[in-house]
Amino acid sequence: MTAVAPRVRDRHEPAVAISPAPRRRRRRYDRAAYLFMTPWFIGFAVITAGPLIASLYLSFTNFNLLQAPNWIGFANYTTMLTQDPRFWQSFGVTIAFVVITVPLQLAFALLIAVALSRKIRGTSWYRSIYYLPSLLGGSVAIAVVWGQIFNKKGIANGILALFGIHGPSWTGDPSTALATLILLNVWQFGSPMVIFLAGIKQIPGELYDAASVDGAGAWNRFRFVTLPMLTPIIFFNLVLQVIRAFQAFTPAYIISGGTGGPSDSTLFYTLYLYQQAFTNLHMGYASALAWVLLVVIAVFTAGNFLLSRFWVTYEN
Amino acid sequence: MTTTSLPARAAGRRTDRRWVLHVVLILGAIVMIYPMIWMVGGSLKPDDEIFSTLNPFPTVAKFANYPDGWNASHPVFGFYFLNSFIICLGAVVGNVFGCSVTAFAFARLNFRAKKFWFAMMLGSIMLPANALLVPQYLLFYKLGWVDTFLPLIVPKFLATDAFFVFLLVQFIRTIPRSLDEAATIDGCGPFRIFGRIILPLLGPALVTTVIFTFIWTYDDFFAQLIYLSTAARETVPIGLRQYIDSSGGSSYGQMLAMSALSLVPTFLVFLFSQRRIVEGITTTGIRG
Repeated sequence: MTAVAPRVRDRHEPAVAISPAPRRRRRRYDRAAYLFMTPWFIGFAVITAGPLIASLYLSFTNFNLLQAPNWIGFANYTTMLTQDPRFWQSFGVTIAFVVITVPLQLAFALLIAVALSRKIRGTSWYRSIYYLPSLLGGSVAIAVVWGQIFNKKGIANGILALFGIHGPSWTGDPSTALATLILLNVWQFGSPMVIFLAGIKQIPGELYDAASVDGAGAWNRFRFVTLPMLTPIIFFNLVLQVIRAFQAFTPAYIISGGTGGPSDSTLFYTLYLYQQAFTNLHMGYASALAWVLLVVIAVFTAGNFLLSRFWVTYEN
Repeated sequence: MTTTSLPARAAGRRTDRRWVLHVVLILGAIVMIYPMIWMVGGSLKPDDEIFSTLNPFPTVAKFANYPDGWNASHPVFGFYFLNSFIICLGAVVGNVFGCSVTAFAFARLNFRAKKFWFAMMLGSIMLPANALLVPQYLLFYKLGWVDTFLPLIVPKFLATDAFFVFLLVQFIRTIPRSLDEAATIDGCGPFRIFGRIILPLLGPALVTTVIFTFIWTYDDFFAQLIYLSTAARETVPIGLRQYIDSSGGSSYGQMLAMSALSLVPTFLVFLFSQRRIVEGITTTGIRG
């Protein structure tokens, strides 16, 4: 390396000047760095880290925004865990939503990504169409439309009627309302699909050739080449989608009119938190709910990382 | 003998499969966009036709749902668009400024405990917004910013969307350092290196930042629900609720018309920057 360096050096740059320059440059850079970092430092202190700590403090208080918070120790947490059926309801609804939605979403994303990775015509058209729900699906407008599709008179029942089935009001029946929200979220598998597609393109073609030479059919090529090579990306999507699913809010709010109904069957955790904070002004209690959510998401994410050791294979 | 017939048979089977694959993909695509088609079709139907037939296309297009729906809300729907666009513009400018400045410092400058702060920045990407909700609200409440656009815009100038900081840092790292060094030799300080070298080369990454900031801000129902309360401040997603709540006053057709209209900005962004959106998702794994 040292032998090469002099030859590469720019001829405008005299060798003598090199030793004092870096120190002076570094000192000047340092001062400017703090100026460049000022917005982020302020933002981090005031908008991110400060509120994170403050919400931990508020979770131990009784606070209604208008009067000063007063310390009540663990009361919010004990109430939540022992006397609040709606907390457990929202917890159960959210876990069910996450556990059902995410695997289905990833399965569809992977399936379509594999199909689109074939050298067929019109892949970019297909990709756009399959991706579009992912971009628009989180909006209020689509939630409104979803509510209309799955109400008593909606087209979902219209289609079922062709088969002689009289469907319920899917969004109005406590046993099916959550399913409509799960379907809405699964429908938005476009962004993990796009990530899978990019991942599949990275897999070297020689691996498939080698597998074919060994007599592997389409299924075995998928099973023993595509799938193992994609595990890091599956893991990445899994972590991301779990975190995202825990925080779902808009569709439940819109379709249930903000109540989480019918009978709290769509009471997402974030919706309950919203009700406690902004409908009841139980800001201390809401902070405790927020910290429980934070811990639950952290546990799920850590769990994913721990489990990944058993199924994610990284290339050497 | 078998060696010649095998590839031929495999090829024949493959073309068959392709045909099947296309049929399956087209059917799937129809299912995927059916809700959107139903929405647009319904927005052109009289109310009694929306739910009575499975045919998503209207027998006679009733365009009146659009002007009628536009005027049915108080204030008119255009007002919601105006508010949404003001917030989006502020958020876009804020993110471009805050995140590029921060990313430059992380990628190119030296300062105390940089690795620590970088780890903090990365950590804040994963932080669920709900965990910060109450104290942030309290802060903006004390500042008198509730029911203004400021809580939705000012944090962007402070680079709190760490996700974009990360995106830009990754991009700056691909810009050769020799450019900075050459500029330093020409007597440029960090400000001119940022303004004359890094910022112009940051173009593609900034476009990604602009696109996603726009889409997410435009769709950010939760923050707008919390911070905006009077009708004069309401945005498109908040305003749309009126059409559900007062289903007696306004018709289903108008509701669907305004729903469809509210998706137009996002859809246009998608049409014109599809490649960038796909790139943005694949390089960083952001949600779409």
